[in-house]
Amino acid sequence: MTLFLLSIMVFLGGQVLPGNVGRAILGPFADQRAVDALNHTLGVDRPLLAQYWGWISNFVQGDMGTSYIFRSPVAPFVIDALGNSMKLAAVAFVLVVPIGILGGVVAALNLNRPLDRIISLGGLSVTVLPEFVTGIILILIFGVWLRWLPISAAWPRNAGFFTQLYYLILPSLPLFLVLFGYIARMARSGMIEALDSDYTRTAVLKGLPWRTVIWRHVLRNALLPTITVIATQTGYLIGGLVVIETLFRYQGIGSLIFTAARGKDFPMLESGILTIGIVYAVATLVADFLYSVLNPRIRLGSDQ
Amino acid sequence: MTKSAKAENALELRDLSVAYRVAGRNRAVLRNLSLNIGQGEAYGLVGESGCGKSTVALTVVRYLPRNGSITGGAISLDGQDVMKLDAEALRRARAESVSMVYQDPGKALNPSIRVGRQLTEIFELGGITGKAVEDRAVAMLNRVRISDPTSVMQRYPHQLSGGMQQRVAIAMALANDPSMLILDEPTTGLDATVEAEVLDLIAQLRQELSASILFISHNLAVVSNMCDRVGVLYAGMLVEEGPTEVVFNDPRHPYTVALLRCLPRGGQRKDQGRLDTIPGFLPGIGVDIKGCAFADRCALADDRCRSELPPLYDLGGRLSRCFYHEKAQALPRATPSDVAPAPKAAAVPVLRVAGLNKTYSSHGHALRAVKDVSLDLRPGETLGLVGESGSGKTTFARLLLGLVPPDDGGTIVLEGKALAPRLENRSDDQIKAMQIVFQNPDSALNRSHSIRHLIGRALKRLAGLSGKALEARLNDLVRSVRLTDRHLAVKPRQLSGGLKQRVAIARAFAGDPRIVVCDEPTSALDVSVQAAILNLLADLQSKEDVSYIFISHDLAVVRYLSDKIAVLYLGRIMELGPSEDVFSGPHHPYTEALLSAVPKLDQTETARIRLDGEIPSATNPPSGCVFHTRCPRKIGAICEQQEPPLSEAQPGHSIRCHIPYEELARLQKEVVTEPA
Repeated sequence: MTLFLLSIMVFLGGQVLPGNVGRAILGPFADQRAVDALNHTLGVDRPLLAQYWGWISNFVQGDMGTSYIFRSPVAPFVIDALGNSMKLAAVAFVLVVPIGILGGVVAALNLNRPLDRIISLGGLSVTVLPEFVTGIILILIFGVWLRWLPISAAWPRNAGFFTQLYYLILPSLPLFLVLFGYIARMARSGMIEALDSDYTRTAVLKGLPWRTVIWRHVLRNALLPTITVIATQTGYLIGGLVVIETLFRYQGIGSLIFTAARGKDFPMLESGILTIGIVYAVATLVADFLYSVLNPRIRLGSDQ
Repeated sequence: MTKSAKAENALELRDLSVAYRVAGRNRAVLRNLSLNIGQGEAYGLVGESGCGKSTVALTVVRYLPRNGSITGGAISLDGQDVMKLDAEALRRARAESVSMVYQDPGKALNPSIRVGRQLTEIFELGGITGKAVEDRAVAMLNRVRISDPTSVMQRYPHQLSGGMQQRVAIAMALANDPSMLILDEPTTGLDATVEAEVLDLIAQLRQELSASILFISHNLAVVSNMCDRVGVLYAGMLVEEGPTEVVFNDPRHPYTVALLRCLPRGGQRKDQGRLDTIPGFLPGIGVDIKGCAFADRCALADDRCRSELPPLYDLGGRLSRCFYHEKAQALPRATPSDVAPAPKAAAVPVLRVAGLNKTYSSHGHALRAVKDVSLDLRPGETLGLVGESGSGKTTFARLLLGLVPPDDGGTIVLEGKALAPRLENRSDDQIKAMQIVFQNPDSALNRSHSIRHLIGRALKRLAGLSGKALEARLNDLVRSVRLTDRHLAVKPRQLSGGLKQRVAIARAFAGDPRIVVCDEPTSALDVSVQAAILNLLADLQSKEDVSYIFISHDLAVVRYLSDKIAVLYLGRIMELGPSEDVFSGPHHPYTEALLSAVPKLDQTETARIRLDGEIPSATNPPSGCVFHTRCPRKIGAICEQQEPPLSEAQPGHSIRCHIPYEELARLQKEVVTEPA
């Protein structure tokens, strides 16, 4: 349902953008008749509903249509870009989730001590910096001055796994910085709540060693809310990276959509956005599933 | 730790002082508290909320909140100085010698771990491994009278009822045979019948186990039934201590005297005199107390009391911290006992309910929350609704108020006019004629408005007043609920629970209601505040000729205020009649069981009727008489097959039972149940 609404919004959004498809492709000096003919071939002169229906019915059958600009099927572009985006997201994810959670947990265990202040304030400050700012600073430090990492994420052809990984470290760092604060904050507040809870008191008064109390009784309950946050951020990691991808000249789905929007390449634009919508939906679904697995109150309901 | 040489006392507190750090300042919560609990003894600690009871418990197990610290004194647990223990020794002490059970078992158990695992980890800690762990856990659950331990162990806490959860918590506390068991309000918030079961269990376990008990409760009756000795705590100080019976029957401190007077006792009713109250408030934490802490609220206090701290006088086996302990019982009443004349009960009912039903559908099953309820209420009369959780009390109230529509067919007639089933279809007059006071004034009052705004708005909306008239009525109303002008400017959070409840009552009375539904209005309040609210409700009733529908699990309170009682079970009226008849009997076997479950202050150990198991699910009520599955007086197959009618046993007193009235009278004479 959400995806259906999204597809309509994307479609209508594309329509209200100024500009004419044929004109955009053929350039300002082309003959008006040629533009009209092209528009007709592309089908953009049909009524809106017909255009939408033609596109969406193909999409659900797996046919994303033909790019106006490249004159070839959209699907390979989108799939390629999605693959690239997922690689970048995966690297950022693997970096930020464990470190973010660890940071939050450590902060909560040292509540109001210097370590907590450093993690909380540090996390917050890097979160509020937009990724293009941190991106540029990081490029300057690691790429230009120290020359440890390549400043572009476009790896050479046929690069192996580790080479790709090497190229992805720098672009994933700004993402790490943006998300670290969120995740650490959620983990911290979840921990504080769990540490103050009656069941933690019960566990401590049972005489369980502190380590057991934390691992068995506190963590699981404390990190439940964090999972939801991580899932919504996964969508962002895959689809919301236009800036980072442009900055690092990376062929992800964000930059694909950006290019498509500029060229009024509707099939490409709409397919790209809808794909991101699907990724969001799947991530949320996975989070709900995980949440219910970890939370017996949701999983089993109440017998009473 | 060596358990071989047992110390003389299981617990000794010596001059214990504890402070909480608030706004950069240490504020004293416990002041030089000394007490001993002997081996195998049960010691009760009573007092109003905020006097430091729970702090005592948390200090003993060294689990004070982050801002709390022990500022002086010593704690000795089984001869071991708790304050000198390092982290590991403290952990061992918690594992081996002291356990704690507290209020709200639903929160005390870890929601995401199975009950069995939460129990077995204790045995594993004790070095037991393999199959033996499982066996020990099963044995422990059996011990707390859980009939199906293996299946309970597979469940998560939320799948158990409150009573079961508390049994599990007790099982966990007793798993390693502690020498000291601390019970902090273990039955508060449980139903009366469940409370009775849990208390029975604790009493039985005391005989089986060697543990000494520190029993903390605001409920004097519960403590009087459970404990050998009792200590009365006031502002973090022990003001009186002694054997339970002696202290409660012959109190020697004005505070104890006053506390006991706040309770409606021995079947006291509103027309027989008002309850006494305690004026003023508990001193805030951390204030400097020069003389006696209670002096400001004590009518016996003189200059000496205000300037000099009274010592704990030893009165032969008992202690009292009062210069005038001899004449403590001569404490003058804070509230005169004379009552306004009862309003003449008019013959025409203000409310008639006939054939009211409410069926919810849940997962395809019909849940009959209220079944075939018919009753009348006259002006100036109070109808008490009694029954366990899930008996339909609150649903009935919601039906009356139009918050949920009843099933087709039933009628609610207010002052001769039929009420529409839904609130939005009722006229303004009908809406303001019926108001409600909730249990928790915090969630009923908008916290961002001042009291003046809250009451003023109600007057505007319900009474249609504005300008000068509103102002005049506002002042009137505020005075009638005994608030003063200075309360008007503040926000709800700046008021105590009792004052907030007064605001809620003023709001309900703004539109001159004919009927006010009081849903557990005093359950969250201390006894002294409860007494003041009950007096207020009684006064308002005689002044305004308003009718109440009063819901409470505290039967003594219901009895005090009610003229008429309806006992509900699974949505059905089991008994309906004048308050005195219902309480003094002969009554329905369910009423009988409810009454006998109530802990009483002046208990002469009567045989208690126990209800087995829990209230059945309303989606699948038992056949025949719905109570037959738990009825101690079941007479045979007829109870299982045929639902008895609600038949009039005596004029105005109806009972839904197959046993004839005379037979009930004979049966119940054998067991003299002292009424609440």
